[in-house]
Amino acid sequence: MDLWFSEYHTPDVRLSFRVDQQLCSLQSDFQRIDVFTSPELGRILALDGFVMLTEKDEFIYHEMLVHVPMAVHPNVRDVLVIGGGDGGILRELKAYPEIERVDLVEIDEEVIEVCKKHLPFTACGYDHPRLHVHAEDGLKFIRHCENAYDLIIVDSTDPFGPGEGLFTREFYGNCDRALRDDGIMVNQHESPFYKNDAIAMQRAHKRIVESFKISRVYQAHIPTYPSGHWLFGFASKKYHPITDLSAKDWKAREINTRYYNTNLHRGAFALPVYVQELLENVENVDETTDLNANRAPNTEA
Amino acid sequence: MMRLDHNRAPIAEALTDFSALRVVPFDVPGHKRGHGNRELTDFLGAKCMSLDVNSMKPLDNLCHPVSVIREAEELAADAFGASSAFFMVNGTTSAVQAMVISACQAGDQIILPRNVHRSTINALILSGAIPVYVNPGINQRLGIPLGMALEDVKDAILRYPNAKAILVNNPTYYGVCSNLKAIVELAHSHGMMVLADEAHGTHFGFSELLPLSAMQAGADMAAVSMHKSGGSLTQSSFLLCGPKVAGEHVRQIINLTQTTSGSYLLLSSLDLSRKNLALNGGTIFAKVSEMAQYARDEINSIGDYYAFSKECINGDTVFDFDTTKLSVNTMDIGLAGVEVYDILRDEYDIQIEFGDVGNILAYLSVGDRPRDIERLVSSLSEIRRRHKRSRAGMLNQEYIAPTVCHTPRDAFFSEKTSVPIDHSAGRVCAEFVMCYPPGIPILAPGEMVTREIIDYINYVKKKGSFLTGTEDPKVGSINVMK
Repeated sequence: MDLWFSEYHTPDVRLSFRVDQQLCSLQSDFQRIDVFTSPELGRILALDGFVMLTEKDEFIYHEMLVHVPMAVHPNVRDVLVIGGGDGGILRELKAYPEIERVDLVEIDEEVIEVCKKHLPFTACGYDHPRLHVHAEDGLKFIRHCENAYDLIIVDSTDPFGPGEGLFTREFYGNCDRALRDDGIMVNQHESPFYKNDAIAMQRAHKRIVESFKISRVYQAHIPTYPSGHWLFGFASKKYHPITDLSAKDWKAREINTRYYNTNLHRGAFALPVYVQELLENVENVDETTDLNANRAPNTEA
Repeated sequence: MMRLDHNRAPIAEALTDFSALRVVPFDVPGHKRGHGNRELTDFLGAKCMSLDVNSMKPLDNLCHPVSVIREAEELAADAFGASSAFFMVNGTTSAVQAMVISACQAGDQIILPRNVHRSTINALILSGAIPVYVNPGINQRLGIPLGMALEDVKDAILRYPNAKAILVNNPTYYGVCSNLKAIVELAHSHGMMVLADEAHGTHFGFSELLPLSAMQAGADMAAVSMHKSGGSLTQSSFLLCGPKVAGEHVRQIINLTQTTSGSYLLLSSLDLSRKNLALNGGTIFAKVSEMAQYARDEINSIGDYYAFSKECINGDTVFDFDTTKLSVNTMDIGLAGVEVYDILRDEYDIQIEFGDVGNILAYLSVGDRPRDIERLVSSLSEIRRRHKRSRAGMLNQEYIAPTVCHTPRDAFFSEKTSVPIDHSAGRVCAEFVMCYPPGIPILAPGEMVTREIIDYINYVKKKGSFLTGTEDPKVGSINVMK
């Protein structure tokens, strides 16, 4: 049987996956949720027709969002995960037994249910022993938090649809308030390659720069995401992602990863020229912004 | 109670039938269903261009309707509980003007609150009617003008027993209603008509949770902005008439200034929006009220902001309140409403309806989603965290009672001279000065300029309000009577 699922990366570019089986298809209050199996990539989760993860390459995304900040911040006790209903972030966080509390805030309860049923390789994260799950709008949840977290991981969908509010200045500002004085926020930062993704990426960067003292961007290769070239944001009140990297301590933990290592950590912050330029274009902070006197530019590394 | 079948939309249906005939156009508009301007067609969409057609037998004629437009008018009248209804394609401005000119001839007196939209005073210039202003009530805490006190209306009626009509905002921009039913009874017992500027109350008749609509209260005419809460295209509007008004005479007055090429995009949008309100209005506005209440509760829990609602009701100048309106007092943040309005747009990508000296108004409708409300609330919370300051030096009252020296018409058409605003104290203004929005004149033609008004204009200018109305685009000079 020749059944194909296509995701449009732009109106004129698409990536197609041969589908073996469709395991689930439903419409939640927020979005359409589909799970397929694919001969090449294993299980695929799609929201509103956009691939969120595939079994084959999800490890890259989840490792890069968790181990990068965890190798920098020496003392993470309280973690907030916004989005991330598949559980992949939680799975990676299980490698750090010193974490005392994880709050996961996922707007769509049905995503959690679907993942628990069909994506055991990420949903295994839900057995995290110190996990609290909140089915709520992330923007609303964080409005009520102050000085409460060491690390915030924003594992959002794209900046259109239910994830829209997680790319806004009000959200990043609220994250800044919710973090302790040495807190770190990492976020899914879209791709620099196709035009509309690049615009979304720039807007997010501009809003983060306005809200955090240190704001850097790093990258990874995620084959099934549009263009395969994906960015992450590292925003911080105190720690620098490279000079404060504790490579020795992290290696001593002997965590089994397949993508992340501390050499790659340093390299991931070295960006192509065109990406540097896209970021610099939006880093000119205007006089209305008050927080960025010591902001480190992305070209420094 | 509606008696007609509101699943019908005669104008929209006629357009659909007409396009199926594939009639070859050798008439205007010259773009010929979009074929003549590819760029415009790509920009607006082929369907939109194909519906932009001229009046013709199968589609009726707005100036003299006998078929589908007349049927659509009857449906609109039925939906709003009116005796007759007119489709307006030049904004609620044209509906307000048609109301005033229908009720008043040159030299007739009309009783009205001073916090009206400029379109009402424009209507006085066109008609030559003489305004008898009733100062609105003021809420000291919020600094906003309210509705008219019943006693003040009674007093105006006794002092001006020959006035032809009373015009009432139902509601004000902020959602404040006067006691319209009592005003109607009072006016009718003195032989005066009641005209309602219902630009911000289109939705009233469609939900029991909302204040009385003008037609429900027995008003004689109402100008209804369907394009606001009714959901039709910008510039489209209804003029409604009660049983004592000769509808066909009103049409003659509308035709004095209304285009003879009424846009079928606007007409069909009115028709389909009337259908939607008639069928679904109750559910829609209950949902909007609920969202507004959620937002008010969240905003009030941030601290310092005051999102006001029915607790302002005082039985008179706030007889009722439209709970779909989300108005927030920002004075305790130390920011003028217009400053919050600018920060929301420039830093948070949120456009709200307007901000004035002490308040902002976010316009909520059926198109809003809960997640957008979360953004607004979170942004307000952030603005407080980042910008809160002392409120020292802030003006907090936005209504200044006018000194009327001449009628708007006499002043507007008088010999005039331009002087710098700062040097205009003691002169009689010959044009408008207002912040837009909300478009309520600070000065109207015929009113005395005072030091207090000049200080107010300079203050709102400094805070970033968009001032309009003068011939001078920069609003640095003002025309005064010679």
